[in-house]
Amino acid sequence: MAAATSHASASRPPGVETGTGPGTATEPPPVRPEQRRILSPWRMSDALALGGAVLSSGGMTWLIFTQLAPFSGPLGWLVVWYALFLGCYALLVSMDESGQAVRDRLAAVVVQSLAALLLLALAFVIVYVVGRGLPAMRHLNLYVEDLSVTGPLQPLSSGGVLHGIVGTLEEILIALVLTVPLGLTCAVFLCEFPGAFARLVRTVVEAMTALPSIVAGLFIYSTFILVLHFPRSGLAAALAISVMMLPIMIRAGDVVLRLVPGSLTEASLALGASRWRTVWHVTLPTARSGLTTAVILGTARGIGETSPVLLTAGYGNNLNLDPTEGPMVSLPLLAYELRRFPEAAMISRAFGAASILMILVVVLFAGARPIGGRGPGVLTNRQRRARERQSTSDAQRFAELARARMRQESQESQESQPQPTEPQRTEQQRTEQQPTEQQPIEQQEPESQHTGPRHRDQRQPEWQQPEPPANPPGGGDSPRRDT
Amino acid sequence: MTDVQVPQPETASPGGPDAPRRIPVTVGFGDRVFAGLARSSGAAVLVVMGVVGIFLAVQAIPALRDAGFSFLTTQEWEPSSGRFGIAAILFGTVAIGLMATTIALVFSVAVALYISEYAPARLKRTFISLVDLMAAVPSVVYGLWGVFFLQEYAIGLAQWLSTYLGWIPLFDMPGRDPRDPLGTLTDFKSSTFIAAIVVAMMVTPIASSVMREAFDQAPAGEREGAYALGATKWGMIRAVVLPFGRGAIIGGTMLGLGRALGETITVAMIISPIFEIQWNVLEKGANSVSALIALRYGDATSFPLSALFAAGLALFLMTMAVNFAASIIVARSRSGAGSEV
Repeated sequence: MAAATSHASASRPPGVETGTGPGTATEPPPVRPEQRRILSPWRMSDALALGGAVLSSGGMTWLIFTQLAPFSGPLGWLVVWYALFLGCYALLVSMDESGQAVRDRLAAVVVQSLAALLLLALAFVIVYVVGRGLPAMRHLNLYVEDLSVTGPLQPLSSGGVLHGIVGTLEEILIALVLTVPLGLTCAVFLCEFPGAFARLVRTVVEAMTALPSIVAGLFIYSTFILVLHFPRSGLAAALAISVMMLPIMIRAGDVVLRLVPGSLTEASLALGASRWRTVWHVTLPTARSGLTTAVILGTARGIGETSPVLLTAGYGNNLNLDPTEGPMVSLPLLAYELRRFPEAAMISRAFGAASILMILVVVLFAGARPIGGRGPGVLTNRQRRARERQSTSDAQRFAELARARMRQESQESQESQPQPTEPQRTEQQRTEQQPTEQQPIEQQEPESQHTGPRHRDQRQPEWQQPEPPANPPGGGDSPRRDT
Repeated sequence: MTDVQVPQPETASPGGPDAPRRIPVTVGFGDRVFAGLARSSGAAVLVVMGVVGIFLAVQAIPALRDAGFSFLTTQEWEPSSGRFGIAAILFGTVAIGLMATTIALVFSVAVALYISEYAPARLKRTFISLVDLMAAVPSVVYGLWGVFFLQEYAIGLAQWLSTYLGWIPLFDMPGRDPRDPLGTLTDFKSSTFIAAIVVAMMVTPIASSVMREAFDQAPAGEREGAYALGATKWGMIRAVVLPFGRGAIIGGTMLGLGRALGETITVAMIISPIFEIQWNVLEKGANSVSALIALRYGDATSFPLSALFAAGLALFLMTMAVNFAASIIVARSRSGAGSEV
């Protein structure tokens, strides 16, 4: 107890600590050399408490497991150690902190250890699967051969999962061809044409995201294969994956499209663009990165799905390039089926197939991160350079056009001396809108003195000016000049 | 020039001073095509999705009509002899789902809190990517890990639980004496418990990323206010972050539950199917609707297939209810903004 009280007083601010005597309450505290305050939340006593708790709980667990109780097993050991550690740590912290702080420390330790446990376990899943697959993945024939001539007893140096790789890619490609256009168009529809019908579609799509993938497989199995009498094939599997992926993709696309700022689309509409031009040139490019992420994540989900493929694709050992006929396995299905064999080589191949699948997913994911990490409208360096090039070439084109017009204009003004103002004015009001052409206009100005003030007059009512057809271009033939 | 600036009286005057100006809307050819295309795509999606749902219901009708109400109460699954029901498999599905979600709830809140509150700022993005990547790892990978690695270690844990916590009805193992030195551990294999652990590993990243997004959005002003009132970090989390993210915690957990209920391959790889209500989650033998479909679709002629459809319909209705409830909770809560999946 004495230790606890001395610790508690030590943690008080120095000014209070020195003036605790009963008679010295009114006196100013004696001046001490000022100490720099340590702002770091991490103190030596914390580290000591943590280390002490680890050591003492470890010791106690050892005592319990070897001397006191008939416990055994590494997992139970860890659990008991952890429980004792929490108790010891709480006790140690409570020696020099208040109850609030003890709870804070305990919560921090619990949250961090649980998170570390889970993140380590998740990372371990990947490491374990890749590690078990490594013996098979070391042989190149895993990637270039199928299992048509390889039995379960043959070593890993023959046979592979090429048919699974090809099947996976073909199935997901067909599914993407089916779902991406339909899904994205439907997402655009949900955003652009709100109303009762769109609400209905959105509700149904949301309900369908809950469709278990096995039920999607069962649907295709009973319609496509049992009712329509198509064989089990890659196409059937792709259809099943599509049924599963479509609602996911629509939902993700809908969420992304709703993030497009309304000011952009309104600006486009206000400039007179039609609706589909607005969607095509403003909405979709703005949402492109988000849509790409949605598609890629949907692909990652579809590529790893086993159950719809299990029901619809059939199982074969041969490489099959034709999706419309014959069984076409995919990597997850292959991993699912191969692990049933008792032979170590087949199980190794199963882990190899799962590892390749995981690598595919990681590659997709790594692709999605940089593309989807940017907000709408933010460009990569390459895109920005392309825009700059485009813009420069546009400026040059406008400048050339203006120069050509100017030449034509000057010829006309030489031809028609009596009324030079009218055509020139229209020309200038048109050219004025492009800042790159200011240079030629100013060069022109000394020739016709009166353009300056009129130029300024015309700028003001610009929004009231007539449409271009009212003033026919090339003004030389205008009827007004004849009158 | 001048005639343009004259206001056009004929549009403003005829219907009285307050009559709304008629705005002519001319829809161009391109826009009409676009609207037609968009609407037809919406209709196509509606048709596809509707056909799936209706087909599911229609196919289930013969089995449901045959079984009647006993479909919900029978435990056996022998459609060809007419004795079948989803009592046992639905119970198994819910048991796996609830256990997995319970485990996942603890871990996903911890991971979300760690990433949003405790993790060093440098590592935050890495952890976010790691969790998102984990959500995308195929279920067959988790299944392989569960069958070949977790099973033998989880057996020890299950034995420990049944020996020392056997007085809890859930962990009881009737007919097994924990002191029996000849007792084998295989009684603990392929149980609801092990399947639930693996499914929990799968759904934790999904639930956790929903929660983390909500926790990150907890307003900085309120956080600083809590600190200014003298709260510790945990006090701040309890007073600000957790109440703010409550909707996301519930919603994310239910989203995970929906995923766990529909999970097929992992469960099918681990369990050994039985058709009776298995209260003792540690004991060998479990079942779930999707695993049943995956294991039984092959030998199904038309009537057993109809029974499978009925089971699938029940599962679909359940996951749909869970998902809708989750989305409503997430949308209504204060933290709902931006935490959609």
